[in-house]
Amino acid sequence: MRYSGLSVLKEGLFGNKGWKPAWREPEPKAEYDVIIIGGGGHGLATAYYLAKNHGITNVAVLEKGYLGSGNVGRNTTIVRANYFLSGNSEFYSHSLKLWEGLELDLNYNVMHSQRGILNLFHSDGQRDAAARRGNAMVNQGDDAELLDREAVRRMVPYLDFEQTRFPIYGGLLHRRGGTARHDAVAWGFARGADMRGVDLIQNCEVTGIDIQDGRVRGVQTTRGPIRAKKVGIVAAGRSGQVAAMAGMRLPIESHVLQAFVTEGLKPVIDHVVTYGMGHFYISQSDKGGLVFGGDLDFYASYAARGNLPMLEHVMEAGMTLMPMIGKAKILRSWGGIVDMTPDGSPIIDRTDVGGLFVDCGWNYGGFKATPASGWCMAHLMATGEPHEVARRFRLDRFLTGHLLDEEGTGSQHNLH
Amino acid sequence: MRITCPLCGARDRREFTYYGASVYADRPAEGAAPEVWDDYLHLRDNPAGEITDLWYHELGCSAWIEVTRNTVTHAISATRLLADRATPTKKGARS
Repeated sequence: MRYSGLSVLKEGLFGNKGWKPAWREPEPKAEYDVIIIGGGGHGLATAYYLAKNHGITNVAVLEKGYLGSGNVGRNTTIVRANYFLSGNSEFYSHSLKLWEGLELDLNYNVMHSQRGILNLFHSDGQRDAAARRGNAMVNQGDDAELLDREAVRRMVPYLDFEQTRFPIYGGLLHRRGGTARHDAVAWGFARGADMRGVDLIQNCEVTGIDIQDGRVRGVQTTRGPIRAKKVGIVAAGRSGQVAAMAGMRLPIESHVLQAFVTEGLKPVIDHVVTYGMGHFYISQSDKGGLVFGGDLDFYASYAARGNLPMLEHVMEAGMTLMPMIGKAKILRSWGGIVDMTPDGSPIIDRTDVGGLFVDCGWNYGGFKATPASGWCMAHLMATGEPHEVARRFRLDRFLTGHLLDEEGTGSQHNLH
Repeated sequence: MRITCPLCGARDRREFTYYGASVYADRPAEGAAPEVWDDYLHLRDNPAGEITDLWYHELGCSAWIEVTRNTVTHAISATRLLADRATPTKKGARS
């Protein structure tokens, strides 16, 4: 069913009895043209664009838990296109354009809010770096404004401008950046894919990948074997285990990344604000909770929870930057398992096995990439060729040295 | 989380810097093929379960420590000085 203002009004008048489930719960068929392993944001987006852009609808998305149970429901919901390197910048620019039309396209309210992202800087050197990044963003066709200290003060007067150890020199403002409702993004893509005939199969864990004569033939699952001509691995933090079923070792180390939310408060933080001298970023959800996060815990982990030292660091950074949040009570903290690559950039590519593709390595930043990741993975799986804006996300770039190291921190997985 | 340094005893995790899987200590010899360097620097088994990884006691005695740890539970089952393990074979050396 199509959602509209009229349908909301009508259902409201008649006791909301007419709403239907947003997607079917089909039994897996014996064979599909395409199987996507992983029913998170990227996997669902891939299935959606396979159907919508390429007319490939005999598709199954296999999810071991429930749809959107992984990182798409565990992130801090930030959407932006403020990358510097060629290879990254055109991809995230494409993604932001998709975000801007996503709700109309999906007929689903993902609560995309372009409230602006302000990246603060705290020294002359950081100002230069911000100016350079801003120029790269403008050259890419996106927006960036360099704000001086007084302009930042007018915009976000609640920051501690004077007394911190790292005084605020200014900020790089990306007005088209913002947030979206993370779960709704998964649900919107799921519904859109289902409406076009894609089978979304939950509680179906892939336990093996069948390969014959160098080509993928299908998968073994907890709900029986399923044949397929093409298989895409879109499993985020679990990519390593899934790829191992095909005899592959990936350039990925999985780490835990924590996030935090406070009790609901009245509107107080109108933008996304990031601190330049500690890893801290914050926004306020539509429910009123302050949502913020920091760095990885820095050691390899599959536990979806973190340790106290990083929590302490994040709280300290937050208190240094905006002491006014000190009395807000933390409601919850949680961790997501992120797939860290040695250069901090993702992989959307073929593999050495015919018909087997990977979409992984999203590091800290998979959420904002969701539409473009699905768009480009669908393009790759449908046509066999990389999409123009994702052509640098190659699996072999680590071997050939064509790295996309945005932060320039070197080949260590946890430093990106 | 506390890590038992073989020299200093149980110490806070914050004293240690993490260097990933302990293959990081098996640096290829000079002149090794690009595939060997790729394997050493980038590719990882990335297990969900027991891993041997490398920690540097940076704010302590500066020892390099090999830690056997579970990546799902964070439980640490063993630690030893990297210096105490058998000298690793240099992979990919062109002899």
